[in-house]
Amino acid sequence: MYGNAYIEGGSDGVNTLVAGEDPVKLAEFEARIAAGDKIEPKDWMPKEYKKQLVRMIEQHAHSEVIGALPEGTWITRAPGFRRKLALMAKVQDEIGHAQLLYSAAETLGKSREDMINDLINGKSKYSNVFNYPAVTWADSAVIAWLIDAGAIVNQLANSKGSYGPYVRALERICAEESFHLKYGHDNVVFLATGTPKQREMVQDALNRWWEPIMHFFGPSDKASQHTEILMRWKVKMASNDDMRQTYLDMYVPKIWDLGLTLPDPNLKKNEETGKWEYTEPNWDVFKQVISGNGPCNKERLAVRRMAEEKGRWVRNAILRKEASYVTPLS
Amino acid sequence: MIVKSLDPRINRAALDDERTDGVQTPMDQFETYEVFQQIKRGTHHTHVGTVHAPNEELALIFAKEQFCRRGTSVNIWIVRTDNIYTTPYEDADMFETSTYKDYREPDAYKVMDRIQAFKERTKA
Repeated sequence: MYGNAYIEGGSDGVNTLVAGEDPVKLAEFEARIAAGDKIEPKDWMPKEYKKQLVRMIEQHAHSEVIGALPEGTWITRAPGFRRKLALMAKVQDEIGHAQLLYSAAETLGKSREDMINDLINGKSKYSNVFNYPAVTWADSAVIAWLIDAGAIVNQLANSKGSYGPYVRALERICAEESFHLKYGHDNVVFLATGTPKQREMVQDALNRWWEPIMHFFGPSDKASQHTEILMRWKVKMASNDDMRQTYLDMYVPKIWDLGLTLPDPNLKKNEETGKWEYTEPNWDVFKQVISGNGPCNKERLAVRRMAEEKGRWVRNAILRKEASYVTPLS
Repeated sequence: MIVKSLDPRINRAALDDERTDGVQTPMDQFETYEVFQQIKRGTHHTHVGTVHAPNEELALIFAKEQFCRRGTSVNIWIVRTDNIYTTPYEDADMFETSTYKDYREPDAYKVMDRIQAFKERTKA
């Protein structure tokens, strides 16, 4: 599960981005990508390409780890044995996705320990939606359906990207996420077609999650050469607004189909332009939550830190001192 | 400050959000192994990814957990990444087949015209 990448340094010109790069190699690199070919770990690549990919894949991996927490909290209280099994399987998948993504990021030279340390020290980001609590069982259903749906829109776009190890990880991830989506939809439909109390529960959860969902793909991209070059290098595959439009197009009708409402009176599809119109979510809130002041930021990192601390004796017990680390192959 | 959560288990753990322990030291996550999965007897083992493990035994367990959660598998191999030798991508031109090597391809052998002509010639 993951939202769109937050691109840093939006105002840099192309010249600073590729400063000092060999122009012949750069041209070959760009021609390869333009031809639809993939870049593999040991290939020549511009420094900025590597930097943005490490940041993006690492954020994605952290999002999988932290994303498992709001849902994991409902495993012990899931209604019924089948749902409990399914939720455990889903949470296990998310951790599995993190493992695939950390390996992909490692091929670019950042060690797994460094990435995990940057997560628990708060230096690396993860998807903002996971800083919100899953208040009731209906929240976990809304997460499994609508947050995973957003992640799939994003991941399908990124799986057409240019970096081989990331693309391969995403293909496997997308295949597995399709169960998450069906499972989440099933849970939401069950509540929405149930008793008045169950409908109220799911409507409340939807009201709580609508703003985080609108935040999910990030604010409109600033038109910059930086964004342009990352799109040319197939690091960023679609603009944040385009992904949000794709998402609204796919899921708003399905939500309305269930007789549920969304807390935005301006939300409608403009039949002439084919675009969805909506009230801009509060981007100041988004920035506040990203910078550590959301309802659950502290809890998420504290739980993550506890896992590292309490697991340390196990890791130490099986550590072979003579083993030496080798970067994964692909 | 002790973290307050909606989850009773987290409250019981009494986690202090000002603690800074938990930092990993290098090699905490072990070396890497490449994983090859066979989904059916009679098919090739295919590379599916990497696991971190302290030894072969655990690498096999992690590989099963990571890559065999769905679908079928009949066998997995793990190989220490260090033990894999590869050709460099920059030398990929060594694999190029030039036109004059078409004698290696089945399409290069066309005999039907000759057989037809032979039959025509000998019919009379």
